[in-house]
Amino acid sequence: MTTTHSPTASPPPLAQIGAIAWVRKNLFSTWLNTLLTVVLVLVIGRTLIGFLYWATTQAKWQLISANLSLFFVGRYPISQIWRIWVALALISTLGGLTWGVLARNVPQLFGRTTLTLLGVVGAIAVLMPAPVPYRILLLAIEGLVVAMAWGGRMIGHRSPKLGQWLAFAWSLSFFVVWWLIAGGLGLTPVGAGEWGGLMLTVFMAVVSILLCFPLGILLALGRQSSLPVIRGLSVGFIEVVRGVPLIALLFVGSNMIPLFLPIGIRPNLVTRAIIGLTLFSAAYLAENVRGGLQSIARGQSEAANALGLNPGLTTALIVLPQALKVSIPAIVGQFISLLQDTTLVSILGLFDLLGISRTILANPQFIGRYAEAYIFIGVIYWVFCYAMSVGSRQIEKQLNTEH
Amino acid sequence: MHGSEKVPIWRDERYVQIAFQVFVLLTIFALGQFCLGNMFRNLEQQGRQFNFTFLLSQSGFNIGETLVPYDTTSPYYWAFFVSFLNALRLILVGIAATTVLGIVAGVASFSDNWLLRKLNMVYVEVVRNTPLLLQLFVWYFAVFFGFSDKGKTSQLPGSIFVSKKGIVIPWPASSPLLVVLLGVLLSGAIAAYFIWKRRITRMEEQAASGKREQLVLFSMAAVGLLIVLFGLGWEMPRMSAAGNVEGGLRVSVEYGAMLFGLVFYTGAFIAEIVRAGIQSVSKGQWEAARALGLPSNSVMRLIVFPQALRVILPSLSSQYINLAKNSSLALAIGYPEIFATAQTTLNQSGRPVEVILLIMSIYLSINLIISLVMNTLNRVVQFKER
Repeated sequence: MTTTHSPTASPPPLAQIGAIAWVRKNLFSTWLNTLLTVVLVLVIGRTLIGFLYWATTQAKWQLISANLSLFFVGRYPISQIWRIWVALALISTLGGLTWGVLARNVPQLFGRTTLTLLGVVGAIAVLMPAPVPYRILLLAIEGLVVAMAWGGRMIGHRSPKLGQWLAFAWSLSFFVVWWLIAGGLGLTPVGAGEWGGLMLTVFMAVVSILLCFPLGILLALGRQSSLPVIRGLSVGFIEVVRGVPLIALLFVGSNMIPLFLPIGIRPNLVTRAIIGLTLFSAAYLAENVRGGLQSIARGQSEAANALGLNPGLTTALIVLPQALKVSIPAIVGQFISLLQDTTLVSILGLFDLLGISRTILANPQFIGRYAEAYIFIGVIYWVFCYAMSVGSRQIEKQLNTEH
Repeated sequence: MHGSEKVPIWRDERYVQIAFQVFVLLTIFALGQFCLGNMFRNLEQQGRQFNFTFLLSQSGFNIGETLVPYDTTSPYYWAFFVSFLNALRLILVGIAATTVLGIVAGVASFSDNWLLRKLNMVYVEVVRNTPLLLQLFVWYFAVFFGFSDKGKTSQLPGSIFVSKKGIVIPWPASSPLLVVLLGVLLSGAIAAYFIWKRRITRMEEQAASGKREQLVLFSMAAVGLLIVLFGLGWEMPRMSAAGNVEGGLRVSVEYGAMLFGLVFYTGAFIAEIVRAGIQSVSKGQWEAARALGLPSNSVMRLIVFPQALRVILPSLSSQYINLAKNSSLALAIGYPEIFATAQTTLNQSGRPVEVILLIMSIYLSINLIISLVMNTLNRVVQFKER
């Protein structure tokens, strides 16, 4: 009986494992692919090298460091900026607490991604070309967020009812922050004409989101209603508002609202812009919520009826929560668009983040330095919008009750 | 005994519903009266009236670029018409270009090439997360001013010239022969389509080899190519001795910036829509097609893309409407389309209400036309189910 000599197992040939195999498969698999890779590498390489050369030698980054306060708070009086820091600290405290409470069941609060993000923010705070007190304040705020997150996690473990208190605290904090920014009742009033920069953008976006959410849901329910008058009015409003550009609505708001109010009452430009943004977003939100409402099986409302719930309770307790859960991606997408659409108020003459760049670029010292300003502003918007879309994916995952 | 218990009137559903609707109507009516009353009082106080006769008076302002003759003595309605043509120029070319870019980018996200996939992802993520107005400013100030910096004229490959006065591209010289040749090309394309269909039918039903029709199509394509290259009379722009650029078609820098900005912005959204559409076709279709021996690009062209089209078209129509509405941002760049002209008219004639009503009806009609066309297209590609 012969024993077959089994060949000794040896590792696969070098050209089929690891980096070389990956490169061959993904970049050079066919002739067309190879050609494409070569062309792309040449084009991208040239652009990157040109950009790096410009960024390190010709760009004037002092434009950003000299105008940081303009970018972030517009023409807010310098002596009152401490109020903005207090508001930021308040929001960071509440934000940290909420993060801690929401993540109380996560095994590791400060995972790898979180630590990397915190490290990046810390590095930016340390290396920022701004006066040292501001850098220290920024680091302090980051520390506050981390401490509050840790504290929130502890409290979240002890008392689950904290969620309701947090919601109440957030609503209260909105008014406190408004008081801090606008003044009155003991603080020097700062008119809305002097708000600007990132603060104005975020304020307008938050107020519009808060106002358009209930209005949009009402419109969506109105469109589904069986009462012909309500349905006709809702459909008419939604279709007209969705058919015109946002800039037209903003002009309607800024030109026609003073005409529609009694002689003498003239709301300021920020209010008028917020009204235009709210009406626009409410119509789009109504369509997104309608999509969610249509996905709820009719059996749900029939079962609720059989249980004795009247139409109002059915809608509020059974139909709406499910509809909103389904339309979360669309709703967050609409909020991201709203944040980007606040740039249009710069055409009206308000000094939001994009509008203030025009003031900065009119400075004879920085004439023609468009690229630096726009890159800075673009990065800020990109970070906000990307964070919102990542957050929306997290919310979706958390609320997913599918098997 | 239950049965004919009289329900009190405030719980009777029919009565409550009707009463509620009447109440809402009365409230809207009262609000309307309040607003309109205030509006007329405010207008009176400022010495203005509400009518459309201002459209016949002279405009008194200049429009930067026009397709038809216009000067400062033309009436307002002519100014509106001219800027409407400008807007159409932007919207129609924009829709065609963004469809091409969106489909290319959407299909590229399925490519085998890693670099192409990542480039596509970076493009979509950057464009979707930055505001459109910022992108328009970048295209206008950073890119186009960069090319025409300090009054110089740059020349790009393909003899395209960029300067502060505009972008000059090669264009066929206009002549009667051009119209005839375009007609020949168009009828040739229609004939080629019918010959192609006949070829497929004959190959399926009569097991013909299809070589005869293929030869005819190739020769038609060769003749068409010759006509396009040599018959159309392309005018190449050249630098004259005085430093001006002569020949070709001149479009303003504003038009170029708006076109590129809108096309790249909407193209990213369309790329995502195309990607979602192609992903909605079940994997079994790909695998069955490959099992039949079809090469990769035929799989995409014959099997996957027609099915994906049914999912893509409804979302595509809303993106086209978005492009039409976003063209109103030309106000910020200085391209004279409808909204910019309306703004000037509003300031000059002091008639905010009339101008705004006019603008809203124009945009609503553009919206309606695009929706109608896309709905017809949608119906054509839908599943013909039992």
